[in-house]
Amino acid sequence: MSDSTAIAAGAHAAPDHGHEEHPAYLRHHFENVEQQADAAGFAMWLFLLTEVMFFGGMFTAYLIYRNWYYPAFVEASHQLNIFWGTLNTAVLITSSFTMAMGVWCAETRKQRGLVLCLVLTFILGLGFLGIKTVEYKEKIEKHHVPGFHYSLQSFTDPQSDPEIYNEYHDKPLALDMARHTEVYFSLYFAMTGMHALHMIIGIAILGYMIFRARAGAYTAGHVTFVENFGLYWHFVDIIWIFLFPLLYLISRHQ
Amino acid sequence: MTDQKEMEEAAHHVVSPVIYIIVGSTLLVLTGATVWASYQEWGNFNAVAALAIAVVKAMIVVLFFMHVKYSSKLTKLTVFCGLFTFLALVGMTLADYFTRAWGRW
Amino acid sequence: MSATIVSLPDQSTARIPKVNFITKENGLLSWLLTGDHKRIAVLYIISLTFFFFIGGALAGLIRLELLTPQTDLMATDTYNKVFTMHGVIMIFFFLVPSVPATLGNFLIPLMLGAKDLALPKINLLSWYLYIIAGTLAIYTMATGGVDTGWTFTTPLSTHYVNTNVLTTGLAVFIAGFSSIFTGLNFIVTIHKMRCPGMTWFRMPLFVWAHYAASILMVLGTPVVAIAIVLVALERTIGIGVFDPTKGGDPLLFQHLFWFYSHPAVYIMILPGMGVISETISTFSRKRVFGYTAVAFSSVAIAVFGFFVWAHHMFIMGISNYAVLVFSLLTMLVAVPSAIKIFNWTFTLYKGSITFETPMLYTFGFMGLFTIGGLTGVFLGTSGTDIHLTETYFIVAHFHFVMVGGMLMAFLAGVHFWWPKITGRMYPEKISQLAAVVTFIGFNFTFFPQFILGTLGMPRRYASYPPEFQVLNVFSTAGASILGVGYLLPILYLTWSLKYGEIAGNNPWQATGLEWQTQSPPLTENFPVTPIMDHEAYDYEWLEKQKEIEVPSVG
Repeated sequence: MSDSTAIAAGAHAAPDHGHEEHPAYLRHHFENVEQQADAAGFAMWLFLLTEVMFFGGMFTAYLIYRNWYYPAFVEASHQLNIFWGTLNTAVLITSSFTMAMGVWCAETRKQRGLVLCLVLTFILGLGFLGIKTVEYKEKIEKHHVPGFHYSLQSFTDPQSDPEIYNEYHDKPLALDMARHTEVYFSLYFAMTGMHALHMIIGIAILGYMIFRARAGAYTAGHVTFVENFGLYWHFVDIIWIFLFPLLYLISRHQ
Repeated sequence: MTDQKEMEEAAHHVVSPVIYIIVGSTLLVLTGATVWASYQEWGNFNAVAALAIAVVKAMIVVLFFMHVKYSSKLTKLTVFCGLFTFLALVGMTLADYFTRAWGRW
Repeated sequence: MSATIVSLPDQSTARIPKVNFITKENGLLSWLLTGDHKRIAVLYIISLTFFFFIGGALAGLIRLELLTPQTDLMATDTYNKVFTMHGVIMIFFFLVPSVPATLGNFLIPLMLGAKDLALPKINLLSWYLYIIAGTLAIYTMATGGVDTGWTFTTPLSTHYVNTNVLTTGLAVFIAGFSSIFTGLNFIVTIHKMRCPGMTWFRMPLFVWAHYAASILMVLGTPVVAIAIVLVALERTIGIGVFDPTKGGDPLLFQHLFWFYSHPAVYIMILPGMGVISETISTFSRKRVFGYTAVAFSSVAIAVFGFFVWAHHMFIMGISNYAVLVFSLLTMLVAVPSAIKIFNWTFTLYKGSITFETPMLYTFGFMGLFTIGGLTGVFLGTSGTDIHLTETYFIVAHFHFVMVGGMLMAFLAGVHFWWPKITGRMYPEKISQLAAVVTFIGFNFTFFPQFILGTLGMPRRYASYPPEFQVLNVFSTAGASILGVGYLLPILYLTWSLKYGEIAGNNPWQATGLEWQTQSPPLTENFPVTPIMDHEAYDYEWLEKQKEIEVPSVG
């Protein structure tokens, strides 16, 4: 039965249903719970494929322009703080770990463990976004946001930026190559921004999950939601695993 | 019926936290390694090293955190298809850009 | 056309089954909040028809303008908006969802012996996304339209026009997600919800075709999504990724855009090919020749289709080597399509052919798609493409495959499964007339455009040299006939809802699980889960079945 009352109220239309035969969470167009869980997991993987292709377009753009404008990319990447970047990577990896542990807790029916893991993942996710905010703020202050207020000064005259200059001793870029640093920052903001958007959505869903986990929703044998969210969260981690070296670590040697 | 059995195994296999701890620590170590590598003077090899480390990290996340190692053949095929299409997009687009400067025939 | 395979129950005693998916529940909310794939399919049929007629009206305006060499009906800018919106609406709001969202949604669970698609709520979400996107598209038109061409080529769309690029882009973005969710649903259903005994090679070829199209939807659509996002960022913030003055490459947009839009044409045609497999088998009373070849060629089209996109960019500035590689690969992608045409032709050979309306549309498809596909090979040859690209030859080519091919297949499918969806037959004589009128109108409209293209008339131009006028007048005359041909089905199909003959379970004597249950089907499709114990298109099995009464409810 896929009628509207089932969707709206979650109730069953037929009173003489025989619920002892199957759990309440089995949707009626499935034969059994295994089929339902299997289908849901497969569907999540297919969704992740669409995300791979979505980010893929931006990775393509990045690879092309990095190849064309390597000096601009190198100098522009020096503007990113490697401490924050590495810390953020560690934060996200740890959150992936806590999420995986959360799935394990759900599978082994440890409700308090699950809630703890979800809460930790939530906090780490917020931490990641907090650090990103700090980084973005710095970029805004230094006029490295593409668009109307973009400033080439740090690249045509690196010595005007003593912090970065003392570390990397960049050579001044010619004007046309300096202009191409704007493409780098465009990709930086587009890619990390899209990534952050996915984090925000993930954190919102985590909030909902914590609330439901405390009610015991995922530790009664129905772990599909937690598992599939875990897949999503790990995917977001993988995107960052690639973004970090590509954006931050282009070349940190002289 | 092997599909059915595979499905049940994949659904019931619980990955032990020990694996997660090993994978998590490896990821952190590799992060340190990639930062260290970017400070070395390896010329073109720098990019190769960075990508290689990232690929290894992504692989262990996919295989262990995302359970693909313990999943059905269909899941593995799905992951492969995604990768393949992504590489087709990147590879063939880059093929255009890399050959533009090749001049006349 | 004296012989017919139609076998209807005795009209004096036949009734539409009292309990079916339409009568199961009443009220607007029961339709708007449904999870039933059949109801969602009906919702899509209604909305799609609506958008088809808007796109068609825009086409009428184009043809009216092109009656004369001067731009006398509308300003050039307006003409640009008209053909852009015609393209956007016809492609994203009609062709891409046409067969999958209507017939695919309705039939795939029935054909597989399942109770519904795997993800009914996602299915409903798909429809809502489609409606939201469509509303946005209409809003775009009402507030000034967009004039970049449906291809949104940069830097025109990012730097040089003041029209509603962002809103249209957003509409296409949302419609893309509608498409992704439909495809995702199909793939999961086909893998996980086949009834017992339904192996991959017992599935109808209609399902194989949708499987291949769904792979394209899932893997290709996100790339056009990101292309649109980047255009939006370029327009609003000026990020520079497509801007030559900042070092960007406008061609990058085209790579990302066509990476989807070429597979998109296969998303559009593959489901139509699935319909043709079904109709050609039923109306020849013969198993489809080379089932395995047709099944695998569907998947081959999907896979190869990902590797040819830059044949839309031969003159745009890609490298000579890229031109060479993509031209070669384009030759390869024609092969699986040709395999299908050969196999369908061999299905006809020594078959018992009858000429009901779906078969008329099928024959139309075979001829017109072959011509369209062949001209595609001409265009894939980079040497000829340099002369023919951006001329009316391209316009004719894609209208032959999309309208002569896909739209005819869609109409074949609608007519073929109309009795299953509604329980009623449409009036045969007028529907056959409409099919013939459509075929004649189509040829008059689009064949002259091949000639115009080779003579050098550019596409997307409101005015043209006077020597092209005769052919343009032919084309417009054909378009008026074509309009009649498309209007007639709306009229008689609506009429048939009340006055059509009762169809019974299997008016076409077709194989396939969907024909073994009542018309219209029950909400849960089958009273008992079917067990598939015979091969696809098994007409001997069907003969044996006729001796057994098929149960229906009510």
